[in-house]
Amino acid sequence: MRGTVLADIAPNGLRPELEHLLAKGGRTQMVYAWYPEPGRLELRYLASAAAREDFRMWRCTPEAEMPSLADLAPLLGWYEREIMDLFGLPFRGHPEPHHLVLHEGVPSAPPPFSPAAHGEALVPEGSLRHRTPVIESTEVQELPFGPVRADVFESAEFLFFYLGERIIYYQPSLFFKHRGMEKRFEGRPPAAGVVLAERVSGVGSFAHALAYCQAVEAAAECVVPPRAAALRVLLAELERLYNHLHYLGHLAGTTTLKVGEAQGKLLEERGKQINSRLTGSRFLRSLLTPGGLRRDLDPKPWLGTMLEALREDIAEYTNLLEHSESHLDRLIGTGVLEREVAFDQGATGPIDRASGVNRDLRRDHPYAAYDALDLEVPVEQAGDADARAKVRIAELGASLALMQRVLLLLPDGPVAAPVAPPPGSEGLGWVESPRGTLFYAVHIGNDGKLARVKIKSPSFSNWRCFPFTVYDTNMMDYAINEASFGLTIAGCDR
Amino acid sequence: MAFWTLFGLSQGKATTAWPARGGKDGQEGLLGMPRFDAGQCVPDCRACIDACPTAAIAESKDGSVNVDYGRCIVCQLCTEACPSGAMQPSADWAFGVRRREDLVVGTGYQPAAQARTAAFRRSLHIRHVDAGSCNGCESELRALNNPFYNLHRLGIFFTPSPRFADLLLVTGPVTNAMLEPLRATYAAMPEPRWVMAVGTCAVSGGIAEGGYACGHGLEGVLPVDLYLPGCPPNPAAIIEALLLFLGRVSQRVRGGRIGE
Repeated sequence: MRGTVLADIAPNGLRPELEHLLAKGGRTQMVYAWYPEPGRLELRYLASAAAREDFRMWRCTPEAEMPSLADLAPLLGWYEREIMDLFGLPFRGHPEPHHLVLHEGVPSAPPPFSPAAHGEALVPEGSLRHRTPVIESTEVQELPFGPVRADVFESAEFLFFYLGERIIYYQPSLFFKHRGMEKRFEGRPPAAGVVLAERVSGVGSFAHALAYCQAVEAAAECVVPPRAAALRVLLAELERLYNHLHYLGHLAGTTTLKVGEAQGKLLEERGKQINSRLTGSRFLRSLLTPGGLRRDLDPKPWLGTMLEALREDIAEYTNLLEHSESHLDRLIGTGVLEREVAFDQGATGPIDRASGVNRDLRRDHPYAAYDALDLEVPVEQAGDADARAKVRIAELGASLALMQRVLLLLPDGPVAAPVAPPPGSEGLGWVESPRGTLFYAVHIGNDGKLARVKIKSPSFSNWRCFPFTVYDTNMMDYAINEASFGLTIAGCDR
Repeated sequence: MAFWTLFGLSQGKATTAWPARGGKDGQEGLLGMPRFDAGQCVPDCRACIDACPTAAIAESKDGSVNVDYGRCIVCQLCTEACPSGAMQPSADWAFGVRRREDLVVGTGYQPAAQARTAAFRRSLHIRHVDAGSCNGCESELRALNNPFYNLHRLGIFFTPSPRFADLLLVTGPVTNAMLEPLRATYAAMPEPRWVMAVGTCAVSGGIAEGGYACGHGLEGVLPVDLYLPGCPPNPAAIIEALLLFLGRVSQRVRGGRIGE
């Protein structure tokens, strides 16, 4: 696969290869399945070793039952369960061999991705059934919360067992919003996949579309013109800007800092209005296409001025936040994610960097025009809600500086190059989205149409880590802790 | 903390006066539904039909072009594909209607019977259900309560429980797993109760329609009293649709066209 170093590995060779990778400080990113031809299933493991070193992809033809690697690399656990649900391939020795993407109670039918399936609707019967520990004590209270939650929230169900204020067991049930987006790509021409990618996670529209376009460009060996690459950086940072501002406003809301909440959300609105004025879309949609951009933008005269005014207001706002004791008191020490857990369970983005893991795809595996730009990557060690907020505040500053630099150096020239991925080609695209690493793996079929598109979203990884910060904490901190992760559910559920 | 109070006061008023005269709607530069002028069409041209990813543009039996804005995801691909300017980019984003037919170009306009909302005219409580959206709609719904739009000033509130709600606001194409919770939420609402479909997904299924995991929006699931397509509809569009529902503004969209 272009963008990676590909190696063929037999099922029994996976474990030694993984042990070797882990011993060298590398980690796996994901595993996915696809059908190169009807009836022949293939697994692809994506791994990363060191910064500035190509990603590795292990290609493996599975046996009827595959050995699970979740004991060695826990982050693979969810991917294996997803493959069990969607492709029907069992994993031997899996620590949690239950449904994940499809809920308990779905009717038995061919797995949705198998060639035998014909899009049969899989409607689970009745309400969600939980797998819960047996609690004998009558003192322990049980609280199922969701999937319809108070206020405007995305749908998910959370189950708490608690004693007084202390949470002794917590289980999030996600995938109520599973739309089968990956399946929708299949059979479409590569250029037509962009509108789908833009709608996987609305607040990550640009990052998703960019990762998708880069995967198609990798398959086609297409080089994007410098002006388009520079504008892509600008737009990606605009997305980070409004997302991080929303995050800070929402977090202030959970610590009942009302003016802080209002100001954060007002600044977010200003960011979205800048997006709309620049591109015609508040979510930066309808602009990307494989090969570059659909049309040129002319940001120079006014954008720099508006961003500078916004920067001053953001600096004042974040300075106030960082001096509000009532706010900080609720964040410091809340929801600690240990570095080891963050690494093992696959935390990514600001969550990872707040737990002391120094990784950022923009610097470590540069794409678009990031290679030519100096990027400051903030890292914190504490792993608590405060560290997660601090990382995002620092990223806002870095992002605004980056945008001004792009505006200053914006080259002239065309914004699109022809792109035609040959039949049977494949490519990997990656983006450091506001929430962390996002991968798109794209396989082009022999008919030139999309045969398989796999999305590895940052929220899928971070939701897996989140419960580790909830066990043995208290109910009052839960909302703050959840807000401090800043996760989306649409991106996770797809 | 004292400095937050001072800071808040020093910032002055951030809220727009819109929809009152002279107020800004905050949507400068925003691209809305493409505007269709059948008179400009080139004979036997299928460019827009082939470009449309959600079959919002389709060929009718007599060979003419049918446009259904209830299926439009505002991707602008048709405006780029059109060779003759029959599909033009526009700022038409306020597409709230009472009848589904009003979103289809060329459909004759009949005023829908005004829902009996007189008692709710100045105070409406909404329960939102996310039935599988991409979270674009949620992002805009949350924006309604930012200081710029400040929905409370219009007497419209989001409520935590369906028991207190007058209007059920649904986003998303209705995934299979959300079907049951959605129906349970509706059942828990006291009468009179109404339903609003926000976003093209909720109106017709949008880009994620059908397949193994999704339905076709609210079609055949709940009776809908107010449709607002868009991908996502912006906060001003949501406000205008809510005021339309309450009879505080009149419906501007007729036969898939925004009149004044």
